[in-house]
Amino acid sequence: MSSEPDHAPGRDRASAARAVIQKIIAPESSAWSSLLVVVLAFVTALVVSAVFIIASDPAVFQAPDFTIALYNAWQDVAGAYGSLLSGALGDPSTIGSDLTTGTASGLAHAFYPLSETLVAAAPLVFTGLAVALGFRAGLFNIGAEGQVIAGGLAAGWVGFSVHGWPGFIELPLAILAGFAAGALWGFVPGLLKARTGAHEVITTIMLNYVAIYLTYYFLGTRIFQRPGRSDPISKAVDSGAMLPNLAGLNLRVHAGVILAVLVAIAVYFLLWRTVVGFEFRAVGANPDASRTAGIGVGRVVVLAMSMAGGLAGLAGANVILGVQYSVTPGFSSGVGFDGITVALLGRGNPAGVIAAALLFGGLRAGAVQMQASTSTPVDLVQVIEALVIMFVAAPALIRALFRLRTERVIARAAISPGWGG
Amino acid sequence: MKTNPAASSPVETKPLRLELKGITKRFPGVLANDHIDLTVEPGEVHVLLGENGAGKTTLMNILYGLYHPDEGEILVNGTPVKFQSPSDAIRTGIGMVHQHFMLIPVFTVAENVMLGSELTRSFGLLDRRRARREVQRLGAQFGLAVDPDARVASLSVGAQQRVEIIKALYRHAGVLILDEPTAVLTPQETDELLRVMESLKRAGRSLVFITHKLKEAKQVADRITVLRGGRVVGSTVPAKATESQLAAMMVGHAIRLGVDRPPAKPTNVVLDVANLSVRDARGQVAVNEVTFQVRAGEIVTIAGVQGNGQTELVRALMGLDPIATGRIAVAGRDLTSASPRQTLDAGVGHVPEDRQRDGLIADFSVGENLVLDIYYVPPFANGPVLEPAEIRRSAEERIREFDIRTPSPIVAAGTLSGGNQQRVVVAREFSRPVVLMIASQPTRGLDVGSIEYIHERIVKLRDKGDAVLIVSSDLDEVLALGDRIAVMYQGRMAGPFEATDLTRERIGLMMAGAGTEAEGAVPTDEGRP
Repeated sequence: MSSEPDHAPGRDRASAARAVIQKIIAPESSAWSSLLVVVLAFVTALVVSAVFIIASDPAVFQAPDFTIALYNAWQDVAGAYGSLLSGALGDPSTIGSDLTTGTASGLAHAFYPLSETLVAAAPLVFTGLAVALGFRAGLFNIGAEGQVIAGGLAAGWVGFSVHGWPGFIELPLAILAGFAAGALWGFVPGLLKARTGAHEVITTIMLNYVAIYLTYYFLGTRIFQRPGRSDPISKAVDSGAMLPNLAGLNLRVHAGVILAVLVAIAVYFLLWRTVVGFEFRAVGANPDASRTAGIGVGRVVVLAMSMAGGLAGLAGANVILGVQYSVTPGFSSGVGFDGITVALLGRGNPAGVIAAALLFGGLRAGAVQMQASTSTPVDLVQVIEALVIMFVAAPALIRALFRLRTERVIARAAISPGWGG
Repeated sequence: MKTNPAASSPVETKPLRLELKGITKRFPGVLANDHIDLTVEPGEVHVLLGENGAGKTTLMNILYGLYHPDEGEILVNGTPVKFQSPSDAIRTGIGMVHQHFMLIPVFTVAENVMLGSELTRSFGLLDRRRARREVQRLGAQFGLAVDPDARVASLSVGAQQRVEIIKALYRHAGVLILDEPTAVLTPQETDELLRVMESLKRAGRSLVFITHKLKEAKQVADRITVLRGGRVVGSTVPAKATESQLAAMMVGHAIRLGVDRPPAKPTNVVLDVANLSVRDARGQVAVNEVTFQVRAGEIVTIAGVQGNGQTELVRALMGLDPIATGRIAVAGRDLTSASPRQTLDAGVGHVPEDRQRDGLIADFSVGENLVLDIYYVPPFANGPVLEPAEIRRSAEERIREFDIRTPSPIVAAGTLSGGNQQRVVVAREFSRPVVLMIASQPTRGLDVGSIEYIHERIVKLRDKGDAVLIVSSDLDEVLALGDRIAVMYQGRMAGPFEATDLTRERIGLMMAGAGTEAEGAVPTDEGRP
C-alpha cells in the first residue's frame, strides 16, 4: 500500500483543480492589466446591481409616467450608493465640518465609517490569507469558516479563563490559542489528504459543520456558559486579553487591524523569502516536479493546511478579542467564506488580499448605513460582492465589454494542450 | 490512382497549392518569423527543418489561423486568404496535428473525430454509425489502424496521433501540417507514420512535416526548407543534400554527428543494483530482477523501446516509487528504501524523462528552477530564509555557462523553448556535486545543437570521474554515448555489454525481444518467490 496521494485515482481531477487555482493566482496578463480588470469588474457589478436596486423599489413601477419613474430610479441608486460610500469612508457633506470642530464627538463622527470599515476588514485579511496560502500550495481551503470558529472558541476560552495576569501575557496567549486551534482544524484535513488522498474541499466543508455545532455544545457546558444565563453565550473575555482599542472616541477600531497588516507581511515573507514558502509554491505549481526534486509533498500539504488553518484561527481570535469579547453562536458571521472571495479577488497575493479585504470591509460597513437610511436591503451588498467575483472570474467577458486587448489571451487558450500536456 | 476519400460527404477534398509570402511575426523581444517565403505544391511532402526556436511552429500557427502575421500574405491556389481563426483554415482545407494532442480522453475515437463537425440524422440525432464508418474507411485507406469505439484515454500515444490525423482527413484537409509528430513516437511508430505520410501523398494530399530529425527529413521529403533564427536559410531536395550539410544549415556551423571521446577509464563501482523488481501502479511487474553496476568514469546506456520498464527502473533508483524486491546502493551506501531527497543528497543527479512534468516548474522563474533541488542549502538559503540575490547570481552564471537562451533569470521557465527548458534541467543537475548522474531521454525532442552540447557535457562528466547512467530510446544516442550498453525488454535487462562487442543490428534485435534468451540465465516469467 502506498501512502502517497500522487498515485491515488482521480489524479486527473486533482490536477484539473490545480490548474484552476493556478489560473487564479498566476493570471496570464500583467499586474496592471489584471488590476484594471478588477476595477472594471467592480464598476460592472455596481451597474448590474443598480438594476436590482431599481427593481426592488415598487415606487418606480407605480410612477405615473416615465420621467418620474426614471427620477425615482435615479434617486434609489444614488441614495443607495451614496449611503454605501458614506457608510464606508465618511459622509463627504459633513466630514469637513466635523473635522474642523475638533471636538471629540466631531472627530468620532468623521472617523466612525472608516473605523467600521477597518474593523470589518481585519478578519477578512486573516481568512483571505488563509485561503490564499492554500492556493499557493495548490490547496482549496474551503474550511476557513470552521477554522475561524475553532480559533475564536479557543481564544475566547483562554480569554475568559485567565484573570489578573499581565496583559502582555494574557493577550498573546489568547491569540496563540486561536492560531493553534485553527491550525488543528487545518491539520486534520491536511493529514487526511497526505495520508489517504481525501480531497480537502470535502473534508474542510465537513469540519466547518463540526466546528459550528461544537460551538453550541461548548456554550452549553459549565466551562463556557456565562453564569446566570440560559442562552448560549460564553463568559466575558478578561480585559487583559482584549485587543487594545486604537483610537478611543468610542470608535471600535482595535489593534487587530495592525496585527492583520503585520501577518500579511509575514505571509508574504514566508511565501517568497523562505525555504518553506518555496516548497509551498513549488508543490502548488507542480507536485510531480517537486517530488522529483526531493520535496516531501505530503509534509508540505500538512504544513500548509495547518498554517492556513492557523491564519483563519487568528480571524476568530480577532473577532472575539477585538469586537465581541465573548463567544456566541454565529460570531464568525461568514468571514471564513468571505475569505474565499477575498483571496480570489486578491489573486492569492497578500497585498491583493489586503486591498480586497478593505473593499469588502467597506461594503460591509457601508451596508449597515445603506440599510438604515434607504429602503435598499443590506443583502444587496452580498449581490455586489458576488457579481464582482463573477466578473473577475470571467476576465474575458470584462475585456470584451470594455474592448481591452485580447489577442494574447485567446491565442493562449486556443493552443493550450487539451490533455496530457 | 486517385480515389476520392470524401465521396460520401458533401465537401470535396481538393488539391491545394499553398504559398506564404513575406510572413513576419514579432513577439515581445523576439522576431519569430522574418519575411518567410514558402510554397507547398499539391501532393508534396514539404519538410520544415530547424532547431528549437527557429520559428517553425510560429509559422505553422500563422498558417493555421492561431496567430495573425504582422506582415505578409497567405495564398491558396493563387488567391490571398486571411484566417481569423483555425476554423477558417480548416474550411479552406488545412489540417494540423499539434505536438500536444487536442483530444477528449473520455470520448471514443469516433466521437473525437466527429467533434465539431457532427453528422446528424433527423431530429438532430448524432449519426455515430456514419462517423464510425468514416473512421474505418479513412483508417483502411491510409493505413491508420485504430478502433473507432476505443476510448482515447486507453490508446497509446501513437494511436492518438493517428486519431488526430483521421480527424484532419475527416475535415477534408488538403494540406496536413504535422508539428514534430515523431518526437513522441517509438522508432516503430515513427516508421509507421512515415508510411502513412507516403500513402497520403499518393492520394494527392500535401504535407508539411515539421521536424529536426535529419534522417526522417531525408527519408520522406520532396522538398526541404531549413529555418534558422526565424529566417529561411535554404531550400533543397533530399537528393542534393547530405545529413551533415542539412545539420550545418540548421545550426549555422559544421557539426559532427556522434561524439569524439577518449576510451573510458572506469574505476570503482558507484551504482550497484541487485535483483531489483518494481511493480507499476496497477501491480504489474514492470522491472523484473534487474542486476547491474555502473562504475566511476564510465557511461552505461540503457536502450529499449519505451514502456519496457526503463521509466519504472529510474523512478525506483531515485526513490520516487517503492521497490518490490532487491537492493540499491550508491557509493557503498544502501539506498534501497531512501526517499527522493535522501537519494539526491547521496550525490545522485537526475535528469527526468518528462522535463515538463517532473523536471521543471513551468510557472517558476528560470532562476528558481535552477535551484529546485538545492534551494535549502547555503548559499541559496541562510537557515530558513532564502537568499534571492544568491539564487539570481548563480542563475546568471548557469545561464552563461550552459548558454540558456532566456531574456532574464526571472522569466517563467515555461515560456522557454523545449531545448532551453532541457538546458535548465541539465544546468541544474550538472552543476551539483554528484557521484552518479542518471539521465532519462536527455535529448528527446531537442535540436541538433542542443543534443551535441548535452552529449559533450555528459562525456565531460564521465571524464571527471562520475558514474553516468543514460536511458534512451534513441539508438544513435545509445551508441554515441555508451561505454557499456544494456537493453531492456519487458522489464528484463540484457547486459550491460561492452559497446565494442555490440553492433547496431544486435541491439535492434534485443530491443525487439530477440537475443535476450541467447544470453542464457533468463528466469521464467514469475518474479522471485
